Amino acid sequence: MSFIRPLLKIRNAQSQIRLLTRSMATDMSFTFASPAEVLYNQAKNVKQVDVPSLSGSFGILANHVPTLAVLKPGVVNVTENDGSVKRFFVSSGSVTVNADSSVQLLAEEAFPLEKLDLKAAQEQLAEAQRSLASAGSDVQKAEAQIAVETAEAVVRAIQTGI
Amino acid sequence: MFGAVSLMTPVYTQARGYATLKDISRRLKSVKNIQKITKSMKMVSAAKYAKAEKDLKATRPYGQATTVFNEQAEVEAQQENVKKHLIVAVTSDRGLCGAIHSSIVKAVKALLSDEKAQNLDTKIVCIGDKSKSMLQRVYSNNILFSVNDIGKKNVSFLDASVIANEILNSGYEFDSGEILYNKFKTVISYTTTKQPFFSTSLLTNAKNIGLYDSLDAETLKCYQEYQLVSMLFYSLKENSTSELSARMSAMDNASKNAGEMIGKLTLYYNRTRQAVITRELIEIISGASALDAKE
Repeated sequence: MSFIRPLLKIRNAQSQIRLLTRSMATDMSFTFASPAEVLYNQAKNVKQVDVPSLSGSFGILANHVPTLAVLKPGVVNVTENDGSVKRFFVSSGSVTVNADSSVQLLAEEAFPLEKLDLKAAQEQLAEAQRSLASAGSDVQKAEAQIAVETAEAVVRAIQTGI
Repeated sequence: MFGAVSLMTPVYTQARGYATLKDISRRLKSVKNIQKITKSMKMVSAAKYAKAEKDLKATRPYGQATTVFNEQAEVEAQQENVKKHLIVAVTSDRGLCGAIHSSIVKAVKALLSDEKAQNLDTKIVCIGDKSKSMLQRVYSNNILFSVNDIGKKNVSFLDASVIANEILNSGYEFDSGEILYNKFKTVISYTTTKQPFFSTSLLTNAKNIGLYDSLDAETLKCYQEYQLVSMLFYSLKENSTSELSARMSAMDNASKNAGEMIGKLTLYYNRTRQAVITRELIEIISGASALDAKE
């Protein structure tokens, strides 16, 4: 029996650690959705979320100070409790961090990074640059500018993962 | 659709006048045709509905997440800081789906009569021809603009952003507003729901806004605009699903009623046919026996 006890102790310690990390992480209730699909619905198993916003990229952990932000085209990193990181490309949208540690990340479009095709993205970038060069009015120019920025972000995301 | 009227008129129970066999068979044929139409309309909306419901399930968390901030920050429209109010009435262009459009219009009218008492300047945005045609007679001064052709195919995010863009560029600077739509519950039920939305100035004056960190005017404006689009998109989605399900059950009922009518008409048709045969037989037999009696 004597050799079992230390083992038990270790197991206890392990489960305690697990409990601790879990209780810390349960604080964050993470919702990540686009109009077409739901990626996380009030998920509790998320440790950290990094979002690209217009006022700079930032990471969200549980008990983050409440804030609002608007997304810019870029990569969202979602770190789950088991340490695995999921990457999504978002085009635009909004993120809300509330006082009760619930996070709503609403993207206009969101796709897993590995689903994006580099060649298609590069083609789109070239296309966008062409239409920017040929844009006549200010509105057209602005629209083309947005298209170029988004396409650049897609290409960058695929190539570098940022 | 046009047959719905003639369905209601009980032609087969004429008190006076003798319906000839031909009349009845003509009526029977027309009711059968109507049933064919309502049946196929039901099938079409059933197929569309199944798809819409599946889509809606994927959209619900998104839609619910759009309103969390307003609840958490306790954004409220108080009477003293609201002068301009905007109502977005979500309907579609097509009828034959029960009371789905009229319930929206009813709610709009109730709000308008309520707001007149509060001396609010209220404008309406009509989505879909139905709400426009029902409201324009009395409230044409209140209608800001109307859109149609929404929801004929699947509702897309682009539709919502076009409408929201139009609202924001209309020059009408609302303080608060609400979207009226039918929230889908089950195939046979929906609830007419109000989804409030607010201007940026109301957002900045929210009760718990102090909790939120590093907010600048630009961020808040973008946030509010995106929020409006998301809410609109979600409402359109809910409403189109409710509409399809309502149309499905309305057409189901119409087919059932037509079936009932066909049964009655067939019975009447057979009776009349029998009566005609009997009469002819009597005529022949009595004619023959009269001849016999002569001989």
